[in-house]
Amino acid sequence: MWAFVFKRTLIALSVALTISVLCFSLLQLSGDLALSIGGPEATAEQVEQIRKDYGLDRPVVHQFATWLWGAVQLDFGRSYYYQSDVTDLVVERLPVTMTLGVMSLAIALGVSIPLGVVAALKRGSWIDRMAMAIAVTGQAMPNFWFGLTLIIVFAVKLQWFPAAGSDSWQGFVLPAIALGYYATPAMMRLTRSGMLEVLEADYIRTARAKGLRTGTVIFKHALRNAVIPVVALAAVELGFMLGGSVVIETVFSLRGLGQLAWNAISRNDYPVVQAIVLIIALFYIVLTLLADILNAILDPRLRAR
Amino acid sequence: MSNLSSTERSTAPASPLLSVKQLRVDLPVAKGTLHAVRGIDFHVERGEMLCLVGESGCGKSMTSLALMGLLPRKAQINADCLNFDGIDLLTMTEHERSNLRGARMAMIFQEPMTALNPAYTLGNQLCEALRRHQRVSRKAAHDRAVYLLERVGISAAAERMRQYPHQLSGGLRQRVMIAMALMCEPDLIIADEPTTALDVTIQAQILHLLRDLQQEFGTAVIFITHDLGVVARIADRVAVMYAGEVIETASAQALFKTPSHPYTQGLLRCIPSPGKTPPGSRLQAIPGVVPSLVGKLHGCAFCNRCDQADEICQTTPPLHPIASGHSARCHFAHPLASSAQINTPEVVS
Repeated sequence: MWAFVFKRTLIALSVALTISVLCFSLLQLSGDLALSIGGPEATAEQVEQIRKDYGLDRPVVHQFATWLWGAVQLDFGRSYYYQSDVTDLVVERLPVTMTLGVMSLAIALGVSIPLGVVAALKRGSWIDRMAMAIAVTGQAMPNFWFGLTLIIVFAVKLQWFPAAGSDSWQGFVLPAIALGYYATPAMMRLTRSGMLEVLEADYIRTARAKGLRTGTVIFKHALRNAVIPVVALAAVELGFMLGGSVVIETVFSLRGLGQLAWNAISRNDYPVVQAIVLIIALFYIVLTLLADILNAILDPRLRAR
Repeated sequence: MSNLSSTERSTAPASPLLSVKQLRVDLPVAKGTLHAVRGIDFHVERGEMLCLVGESGCGKSMTSLALMGLLPRKAQINADCLNFDGIDLLTMTEHERSNLRGARMAMIFQEPMTALNPAYTLGNQLCEALRRHQRVSRKAAHDRAVYLLERVGISAAAERMRQYPHQLSGGLRQRVMIAMALMCEPDLIIADEPTTALDVTIQAQILHLLRDLQQEFGTAVIFITHDLGVVARIADRVAVMYAGEVIETASAQALFKTPSHPYTQGLLRCIPSPGKTPPGSRLQAIPGVVPSLVGKLHGCAFCNRCDQADEICQTTPPLHPIASGHSARCHFAHPLASSAQINTPEVVS
């Protein structure tokens, strides 16, 4: 098991290094930085000065090494626009995005797994059809529209939750539902199809032949095997929620990473963009690593690979 | 019918462990109803090895699943009598059935590679059977599992307890399945082709093991197989199935000495024997195919493949008693009938 974890961690680290190279290359591909920092009115001398100040006159490899060395120490340089440390900006926004992501995932898992299990057990029943309807609606509905609908119903009409802001946990409920609902259908369908497949397995018949209670057969023997692909999907979905919550954060005016990324992109604030891209990529890597480890715990056959 | 049961009763002590009368299993299929088991009668004595023989699709697996109460949900089960040690299985609730399963009747399946849950250790899967049915400590369950693993010939049993199914070969897994079936000391084990998926050398070992354990623990076994070679090695009594019916029951000795149903005779002719079958000669086969079990069958199910078939075979034959404990579902069944000599059929009513 530890050999497996070690191997997976090494792979994850090499992926992270590759991504940092790509991430840095983005900056190089986006044109002459000194020109865009200086703006249209800058003179040639000013541009030259900026180039020197920001170290843009040095060789690319040198620049990369400096940037990477900084990134490893969590120093991503200074924001061109906010004129403050990128790290401070990110650290300030990170809790909002993390809270939103984790709450959304909890909602998505809390709905999709029970619903998937029941839909599989009562295949063809009204509850199965209802679950399918929810899945289709969820996949078809744009989440900004769903977010706005939630605001109209629960914030404006019923006034149960605030429409915007991240000052209290209540502020996260509606955006977490909007974001979580988006991830629910895929996980529910995967749980349902996984359960249907596993319930036909020989070892389920063996479990029943031992006289085990229905609950034991379903939860101990079937669900554990059915949920393995769902874990991998959940990791990807959480990564998506952390990185792709731009729309929801905008709709609900949450000051999270997504919003920061959106502002930074529209203002050519490259150090911020770079840092966010790298951080979100690292989230994906860590989440995938965790999902791999969790899967190996669930399915011992994976440990050998 | 009354004639048959009286002959059976005279040979059987008190009451059999399991008695089955007119068991029927119907499955709805696209084209109508598949009558997988079409009214079969048999019984199992305490501590005996009954072999249920027949080719694929003859209803032997459906019979075993019906006995265990593990039929697919859409299957319909009917019987005049399905009695296990004085308990009527037909009127039991699902919960009562599950109390019996694993505790008093256990099952060993054909595919050892897929019959164990890949996610749990062998120890976990062995112990849960016992702890479901009996109030025993973890330690006691563990000790019993280790003891049984050793009894089924698995070395380093204590270490094996912590292993997962994928770390074991097919033969070892089948041994684990046997140990699992024995966990609660059941009165009856149903073994559904337990050696079919194994290498020939392993097959022999598993057969020996089952036979030894059956005698040691005094467990009754219904051994389902399509292989008459296996039957010859282990059976006390045999029930031959064809197209959802039991067409002949006899002691193993009587069956091989005086097979009375043309189908049984055909099956026996199909076994090539070294020394008797000339090298290079064509292997024997029964011509024709098994009739479809969708819809009603009229007359003798075997008549379209039978070289002795006559007009009378258009009517359903009863089970004719041939000798004590030996009967065959054939109009021509006769105590003196033997494979080659029936040319002038005579009707025994």
